[in-house]
Order: sequence, then structure tokens, then C-alpha cells
Amino acid sequence: MQRNPQLNANGELQHLLSIEGLPRDVLTQILDTAESFVGVTEREVKKVPLLRGKSVFNLFFEPSTRTRTTFEIAAKRLSADVINLNIAVSSQTKGESLLDTVANLSAMQADIFVVRHNSSGAPFLIARHVKPHEHVVNAGDGRHAHPTQGLLDLFTIRHYKKDFAGLTVAIVGDVLHSRVARSLIHGLTTLGAAEVRVIGPQTLLPAGVEALGVRVFHDMRAGLKDADVIVMLRLQNERMRGPLLPSAQEYFKHYGLTAEKLALARKDAIVMHPGPMNRGVEIDSAVADGPHSVILPQVTFGIAVRMAVMSIVAGN
Amino acid sequence: MKLLIRGGRVVDPASGKDAVRDIHISDGKIAEEFAKPDRVIDAKGLVVSPGFIDLSARLREPGYEYKATLESEMEAAVAGGVTSLACPPDTDPPLDEPGLVDMLRRRAKSIARARVYPIGALTVKLAGETLTEMGQLRDAGCVAFSQANTPIADTQVLWRALQYAATFGFPVWLRAEDAWLAKGGVSHDGEIATRLGLPGIPPFAETIALATLLELVRATGARVHVCRLSTASAVELMRRAKEEKLPVTCDVGIHHIHLCDRDLGYFDAHCRLEPPLRSQRDRDALARAAADGVIDCLCSDHTPVDDDGKHLPFAEAEAGATGLELLLPLALKWGQASKLSLAATLARITSEPARVLGTQAGRLSVGAPADIAIFDAGAPVRIAAESLRSQGKNTPFLGYELAGRVRCTVVDGAVVYEA
Repeated sequence: MQRNPQLNANGELQHLLSIEGLPRDVLTQILDTAESFVGVTEREVKKVPLLRGKSVFNLFFEPSTRTRTTFEIAAKRLSADVINLNIAVSSQTKGESLLDTVANLSAMQADIFVVRHNSSGAPFLIARHVKPHEHVVNAGDGRHAHPTQGLLDLFTIRHYKKDFAGLTVAIVGDVLHSRVARSLIHGLTTLGAAEVRVIGPQTLLPAGVEALGVRVFHDMRAGLKDADVIVMLRLQNERMRGPLLPSAQEYFKHYGLTAEKLALARKDAIVMHPGPMNRGVEIDSAVADGPHSVILPQVTFGIAVRMAVMSIVAGN
Repeated sequence: MKLLIRGGRVVDPASGKDAVRDIHISDGKIAEEFAKPDRVIDAKGLVVSPGFIDLSARLREPGYEYKATLESEMEAAVAGGVTSLACPPDTDPPLDEPGLVDMLRRRAKSIARARVYPIGALTVKLAGETLTEMGQLRDAGCVAFSQANTPIADTQVLWRALQYAATFGFPVWLRAEDAWLAKGGVSHDGEIATRLGLPGIPPFAETIALATLLELVRATGARVHVCRLSTASAVELMRRAKEEKLPVTCDVGIHHIHLCDRDLGYFDAHCRLEPPLRSQRDRDALARAAADGVIDCLCSDHTPVDDDGKHLPFAEAEAGATGLELLLPLALKWGQASKLSLAATLARITSEPARVLGTQAGRLSVGAPADIAIFDAGAPVRIAAESLRSQGKNTPFLGYELAGRVRCTVVDGAVVYEA
């Protein structure tokens, strides 16, 4: 097996490509650093000069509003110059290859590439071909990984629950297509959560998912019992009908989070969602807006976590 | 031209003979002993084997000359000791018209390296709808009919194609893959694909298609060669089919007896193959089945792909690996690990594929075509882009050091490669 391509020879974070394979202390370092940035984002002057003079290229081969915006805000708060490129509508339609696009941008003196791509592994390919001083941050690749989302989920859990030991985390819904779920599962198992559960119909759970260290539930009520954290996954519109599911209504009946099902979890359980939400499909509005929901704080923490990741990789 | 290959360890898998002796060649055939040869090749310390017969090697002509040409790949073949190869019909356009087959054969003949056996398309444009003019393709030189990597989705068409081929005794070579179950998949559906977030192809995409195919063989009596098995369960289906004496044979790609889905590592596009690399258990079952004879042949499934086709995210990368020059070293590595004799090892790439192909080559008895590979079984070969003659440098084994270096290749009594 090759060396983990996201770590340098000293075991420090060179790129952030996936949470899988990152040692516990690297994850903790990122979360601790993010903690220190939460203060910055609450100040009147929301800027620190850590990345002054550096260029962050937001390279989005797949449309995104939320993730791209939070990366942009995070980079600006670190005083970096941010260049947003919506590749989906430029080079690719002109037939330029992924590596040619990256080589061209690299010639424009990039320091950090924030990459989102619809093909699993694309950021690994880019990381193999960038110059030694350039860093790649994966902002979501296919079904594979969304490490900054996973980290902000971990940050949120730590913020409300203080410690991972003893926690039961239930992840509900379309795990098959979810890079968010994969990243969070790896993070939770690395940080020592007591039990990670995935809940969904067979059609939305990938083959051999147990090997990631999770317990599989098809019955949502059984899966939510005594959970400390509930993570609802987004169900893409195009998957609501077809060979995987009969209808959004039937999905909600079995796997939608309602106040009644939430009552099966622990009294102090928190409810998370990576967004954007489909109200009435995976989550009831009463729950999404209710006292257990930490969905909006997740977004706020996302900026601090992305600041932490960019400042750490650029410093190594 | 009279050629004497002197003092080599002559291994003839067809007869099982393995002894130091001389081989005499006259008029393109293996001959009785004679005096005054025109040329003597000293094979002392080397193995003299029938030339290797590869049941699947893509030469990329017509249509994909930017990936490889007949010249480059025929050089690669003889450098790898391959003296006969069957090329699948997935060219552009596919080999579905006699004119294309005729042109390919003429080109191959003029280059005069390995013997080329075209496999015709079973359906027009490999689209799985209309039968090709198999009789005319046969006359043009096709030895069998195939769909390459494009399964026939419509079972009615598959049934009719087998009926028609069986009527005239044409062999049909097919991969067993259910088109619907494999749709969109690029890797073995299991733990690794789940971790990497790659769309999977379940193992039953192969067994369901194979069970269908075997049932149609029972119904039609068609002679079917099943290409590139990838799962342990398919091996068991083949074992039973052979016990039942169905007219079936099968092969496995040389990569699939050495590698498994774990070798994908961090999205190594060189491991993007068709069929996909499967679990360790599958790999071990394939290696064992090749040793115990349920699997008849090993083939390179040679598929040269240029860098542009591989420098892509895993799922977008073009499938395939270059293999002609790795066939011998990887076969030897497998034979050694399986504790097989050299003759038994070489049988999988000489006498057995000769039987499937229906050629007189693949053996060293007097009167057989003088197609010979002379190699140093222990000599190291470092697999590197610079040393591969194939235009395709795409192999998961880049950087590996393997053993088994070809020193000399003879086709039709003429020396076509020396190193």
C-alpha cells in the first residue's frame, strides 16, 4: 500500500482528501484549531492574517452554493485571495482535461485548490499532480468523501456532547450515495464513538457497509433508540422515485424524522443535517426547527472548520 | 531456411515432455533431426517452449491508432514470446464486416510478426440486436464470434445468436455479464467500492449471466468459450458445466489471478479493468481453478490505453491494461505460487489455448508449426514504461520486478525477435 497521499513525510497534513486514514491527533488538531477560530468569526473584524498573500482557488466541477460560499468566507477571513471557478460551465464543456485545467491554474500561482468533483477520487488525482507547495482540499468527490463536512459534523458533536466516548450516533437515509456519511463514519470511528448506526432500506445502503465499523438498522425506530446524535441525510430528488424507492411519501413514512420518532432517542439528543434539507421528505419541519436541531450552528461551525483546515495545510 | 535450436530445456506441455534436447526446424515446421542447419541458436540454460497463444489481445486497429498500432503491438507480442493472438472485435468500427477483417489480416501478414486470429462481432456494431454475416466473416478469417465487453442485454437475441452459430458450428466467445446489473458499475461491489464511493458491479452480474448462457448452451448445443471469469461462484458453475460435458471452455485474465479490489489503493486507474478486480477470495479461487484445469487458459486481455485515457478519476478512466509483455512473467509467477511444473504452467498459455482456437500450433511435435518462444525463466524483468514495447504503458505492475525474460521468438520458422 502506498503512503497515505494526504500526509507529508513527517505525517503532517499536506492535503485534506479524506478523513479515512487520518490519525486521531490530526483530527483533534483540526478541531482544536477550529475552536480557536470560532472566536474570530464572532468578532467585529472577522479577519486574521494567516493566509495573507496566498491564493485559494475554488475549483467546483459540480454546482454548489453552500460549500463554495463557506470556503470562500473561510479563505477571506484568513486574508487569502479567493478565486471562484465554476468549471462545470467553462473548461469542461470545451473539452479540457481535468489535469490540464489544474496545470493552467497552477501556472497562475495557486496555493490551495479547493476541489469539488462528481467523480470519486478526483482530488487524489489532482493531489498527485500538483507542485509540492500546493495544497488540495477536497470539497466533495462523488460518493467518496466530503471531509470538511465530516469535520464540521464532528466539531458540532463535540461542541454539544463534549466527548465522543460513550456516544451513539445514528445516520439515517441515503448512505449509498452519501460522501457526507462516509466521512462522518470514518471520523467517528477514529475518535472512538461507542456506536455508529446507519439506518435505511437495503436499496440505500452500500454493499459491505458493516466493514466501515457501523451497525445496520432497517427499522428506524429501533435504530434511533437511545441515540445521542441523529444525522439525517439528504435524499436527492432524482432518487425519490425509481428502482431504489417508490415515492417520497413512502420514504418519509419509514425514514422521515418526526417528533414521535425523535422521542425514542435520548432526551438531550441533537439532530443534524448537512443541508440542503427536503422538509417533509427526510425531516419534519417541527423537528428541523425544534429545540433538538443544531442544523444552523453546523453551518456557522463550518466556516471555522474550513479556516482550520486551510491554515493547517498551508502551514505544513 | 533450416534452423537448429541447440541444447535448450525443451518443454512441450502438449506431451508433458521436459528435457534438454535440440529442436530442428525446416520449412516453417518442426522437423526430424537434420545435418547442416542454416542457422544455430544456442539455447543453453534457456527454456524452449511452444510460442504463447493469447486468446485476447487488442491491437487497436482499425480506429484507435492513437492508442496503439498493429506495428507497435505486434512488436510487443513477439517481445513477450506471443506467436499467436486472437483479437476481439471491439475496434472502431467493430469487426462486423468481412472487408474489415480482411484488411486486418492483410496488415498483420505484411508486418509478419505474430499470427493474428480475428474474432468477429456476433452482432452488428456489437449492439446486441442484429446478427452479423457470420458465414462471410468466417470466410474472411474470423475464428470465432464475440461481443467483446458489450453484453447482449436481450436474452432472445442471445438465444438466436447461439442457435445460428451452432447451426454452422461457429464457436462463440462471450464474457458473462448481465448488462443491467453491471450498468454504471466500475468496481467490485463490496467493502472496497463502498469505502472508495465507487459504483459497484455485484458478483451475481456474472453468475446470473453465466447461468443463462449455460442454459442456452444446453438448449442450442453451441460451442461457447467463456471469457475472463472474475468470481469464485462462476468458477463453480463452470466446474459443474464441464462435469456435465457441456461444450464449454473458459479463460481468466492474467491480472485477475494476481490482483484484487484492495489493489485499487487510492484510486489507481491502472486497476480499472473489465471485468473489475474482485475480492481476495475470488482471486484465490480463480488462481486455483486455473491450476486444477476448470479454467482452461490464461490470457493477457491486452488493452493498450494512452495516458489521456488513464489520467482521469477512476470511474472515468478507460478500462484495461497492457499485457502482452507480462503474460509470461505473470504466468510463471502464478505457476510458482501454485507449485505447478513448468509444463503445466505453460500449458495454460500454449497447448490449451491452441485447443480452444483450433490451431496446430502450441506444441513441439514433428510437423507442428514452428512457433517457438525461448526464454530465461529466472532472468529479472523490470516492468517500466521505457522497457515496454507496447504503445500502452498502462499496467498495475509498473515498477514491479518479475522473472521470465524472452530471448528469442520464432514464428513460422523465422526468427522474429531476439534480445
